[in-house]
Amino acid sequence: MQTNAQILFQSMIVLLGIGGPVSLLLRRNGPSVAVSGSVLSLISSLLGIVVSSIVIIEGPLDLGWEISTFFGEWSLSLDPLGAFFLLVICIVMACVSVYSIGYIREYEGVYDIGVLSGLSILFFLSLVLVVSSTNVILFLISWETMSMVSYLLVVFENRKNNVVSAGYLYLTMTHLGTAAMTVALLLMAHYAGSYSFEEMAGGLDGMPLATMSAVFVLLLIGLGTKAGMVPLHVWLPAAHPAAPSNISALMSGVMVKMALFMMVRSFFDLLVPTEHWWGLLVVLLGCISALLGVLYSLKERDIKSTLAYSTVENMGIMLIGLGTAMVFASYGLSELSAFALLATLFHALNHAIFKALLFMGAGSVARATHTRNMESMGGLAKRMPYTSALTFLGLLSMAAMPPFGGFVSEWLLFQSLIQSVSVPDVPIKMLMSVSIAVLAITGALAVSMAVRLFSSTFLARPRTEAAERAHESPRSMVLGMAFLATLCIAFGVLSLWAVNFIDNVTSSVLGVSIGSDIAEGLTLRSTDEGFASMAPSLIAVLLVTSAAIAWTAAYTITKGWKERISGTWDCGTPLGPRNEYTATGTADPIVRVFNTVYKPRSELRTEPSASPLIKKRLFYEIQFIDIFEKYLYRPVAKSFIAIAKRLSIIQAGSIQAYLSYIFVMLVALLLLFR
Amino acid sequence: MLGLSPLMIGIIRKVKAWFQSRKGPSVVQPYYDIIKLFSKETIVPDQASWVYRVAPYVGLASVVVAGLLVPFFTTRSLGFVGDLIVVIYLLALFRFFMVLAGLDTGSTFGGMGSSRELMISAIVEPTMLMAIFTMALITGTTTLSSISEALAVNGLELVRPALFLATAAFFISLLAENARIPFDNPATHLELTMVHEGMILEYSGKDLAFMEMASWMKLMLFSTILSNVFIPWGVATDLSLVAIAIGLTAILVKVLLISLVVALIESGMAKMRLFRIPNLLTMSFILALLAVTSYYIL
Repeated sequence: MQTNAQILFQSMIVLLGIGGPVSLLLRRNGPSVAVSGSVLSLISSLLGIVVSSIVIIEGPLDLGWEISTFFGEWSLSLDPLGAFFLLVICIVMACVSVYSIGYIREYEGVYDIGVLSGLSILFFLSLVLVVSSTNVILFLISWETMSMVSYLLVVFENRKNNVVSAGYLYLTMTHLGTAAMTVALLLMAHYAGSYSFEEMAGGLDGMPLATMSAVFVLLLIGLGTKAGMVPLHVWLPAAHPAAPSNISALMSGVMVKMALFMMVRSFFDLLVPTEHWWGLLVVLLGCISALLGVLYSLKERDIKSTLAYSTVENMGIMLIGLGTAMVFASYGLSELSAFALLATLFHALNHAIFKALLFMGAGSVARATHTRNMESMGGLAKRMPYTSALTFLGLLSMAAMPPFGGFVSEWLLFQSLIQSVSVPDVPIKMLMSVSIAVLAITGALAVSMAVRLFSSTFLARPRTEAAERAHESPRSMVLGMAFLATLCIAFGVLSLWAVNFIDNVTSSVLGVSIGSDIAEGLTLRSTDEGFASMAPSLIAVLLVTSAAIAWTAAYTITKGWKERISGTWDCGTPLGPRNEYTATGTADPIVRVFNTVYKPRSELRTEPSASPLIKKRLFYEIQFIDIFEKYLYRPVAKSFIAIAKRLSIIQAGSIQAYLSYIFVMLVALLLLFR
Repeated sequence: MLGLSPLMIGIIRKVKAWFQSRKGPSVVQPYYDIIKLFSKETIVPDQASWVYRVAPYVGLASVVVAGLLVPFFTTRSLGFVGDLIVVIYLLALFRFFMVLAGLDTGSTFGGMGSSRELMISAIVEPTMLMAIFTMALITGTTTLSSISEALAVNGLELVRPALFLATAAFFISLLAENARIPFDNPATHLELTMVHEGMILEYSGKDLAFMEMASWMKLMLFSTILSNVFIPWGVATDLSLVAIAIGLTAILVKVLLISLVVALIESGMAKMRLFRIPNLLTMSFILALLAVTSYYIL
């Protein structure tokens, strides 16, 4: 089994390693390269699914090839944690590649689709390398490759101004993060005396606590940037929507999870979480991200930006779970820690699936209507029946509706948070209970967000002609989405199996297996015996049966299915698209309630006519100010520019001056490091 | 429970009629209403999609399943299938479909009702969760029937200030969630203040019957949770005949009392302005949060 898996893993790496550059070279034959590229990534991701399942069940696996370098041996190896994230990557990638076959036709003749296809394969390869690197330097190189390739993918539609500026923002932020991470990882490597993750894991005993905390904070900044953690999230809602939709699905579904992967690896494997405040800090940042993410998503009119903010929210939820696991671990409550970590990982899996599905749905809608603005859509449920139904399933999972996958992971998360009663310190218990409240509010607002997205896009009347003319997407796109939608249901109804599967991962990280405790028979339970239980499959069965009974009852009582189609009641004036609620209107009451967070600036202008009572025209404008942009990033950027201007004095432009700088620097360095 | 819920609505209406010195319709009138609706023609708006059509069935199904998980007269229920979080999220599923159906008709009334409902639920849902979490902390379980059993058996030992705070918070949620005064006026149609009625305005015939049944059932469900989870005394903890008889009487008396209180509040208060509602809701949320913290402190 293991050798077979090794061969599969090797062939996957080789396929991707050759496929990427080759399709970039052959990009002139656009369409055929695109199709063969999609087939290639589909094959590799299927290989990846097999390999990672084997690793999760049977244990670690080496690639078997090594390169000796100055920084130690470079090799690839999968442990259960890496394999779990590889599985996430491959599931999403498989569906995205099917979807792409139809989707990238859109760009034919407009942009170079050969490049898009080649870059996606490289992106896939870099993701695989990130989860399987055994060496710090190789990891950093793969991480940077992932960032750079994704940057190139973000700016793929490079003739649009906002795309380019989103790309720059992403580039800046991601490098800020990588810088912080590089310092932290090199510090750890320095203390451990090795660049290999395996040796670092046990070799950090000599590190002083203060340094360890500094490393922790640096890692949190570095990885938090990638994860879209507030306040480092600013790039995410700009960059994810700017990319082509199949790439947005990968970025939001998978790439942000790489940050979670590295957090689990470094906070649990490398730095053992001994300090209580580490976990609490992560919980706090998670709470802020979850709440602000969902609130901001309610104000967006761009369908993909809404989804991008929801990624910020969901990463916040995962951070809450991760932080809780760290708090429990710091008190030595390893079972509870495993429970919280399991919930987090399960939520990561579910989020990857529904978010990729939703971005694909958004891409499909945007393709049909040629806009991303939800205000100019509407009525698409009738025109795009498959896309609307599949998106609906994704939204149900996102809104944590039972018995979908998103619900089960949120339930587990709630349960693990309630278990914080076992923490001995009262203040910490109280803080944790606040995080329960935050999670509850986030959940309720996420429902509103899902409703708003679906209703303004798919329901009632079309608001523009483009929406009126929209028609269903090609079969390959629907197929890609259908598979993910099935998984949304499967991971809910069959979640017991999934929980046992993920338990292999958490037990490899924390050394405690809780699978047999929490999943028994048909019910999922809390770790504390008798505290709570739930049977997702039974809920599904009950729901379906009662709906069926109601339907049959209606059918028999009314003797057949009689209904009359008639116009909506209109108070005597014919209704048009202008009468229905817009996306802005739907969220308006919530925006008013949370006025302090949004700080909206709205303006109502009237165009007067002869009578003061009859207005000719009304203009309503609402603007939202991003508090982080205004109060954090603008001042920082301004001061940097000011400093740079001061420093520009030394750039005299004469070569002699530059040579003298080099000379002075050389002397200084020689004196310093004699 | 499903069978009794129209009776509760009937009683509330009757009591309100008394206060207004009217004779009022008979308490079984809601049953007649349902029967009448089934014999009427169903009219579907031309703008509506499949969401509008499936909403009544999904709605009723989710409320019924939630009802199965709540202890009614005995603590032996299907509690292992789902705990309080499941119940609250099942109700959210009902709301999800109802709100979408309201928006689906393309009428302004539907949209108005839906967007207001979203605002209210954004605060009520966490309040309910926190209120019941308090109970979970006090009794050490989140399964509704076990909470009920623990309180009923251990009685006064478990009574703490947190219990009262949580009960108060939950009662406010009950009024808000079921579209009662001061949050919404269940007796009006076509007023600019309506929330619940706005969403189901377009429904007719059997679809309306299902929607009404689901909403009535929801009120019943909330009253049952309030009576059996927060003040569970009298509930049957075993399956002997005497215990069941006491349990049944207890729940009927308690639900009757709750109906009276609801009717009293509705007769004595006016509906609030829409944007004053969040103040009251936030207050109830703070109450629930206080309940949790006071559990730790006291």
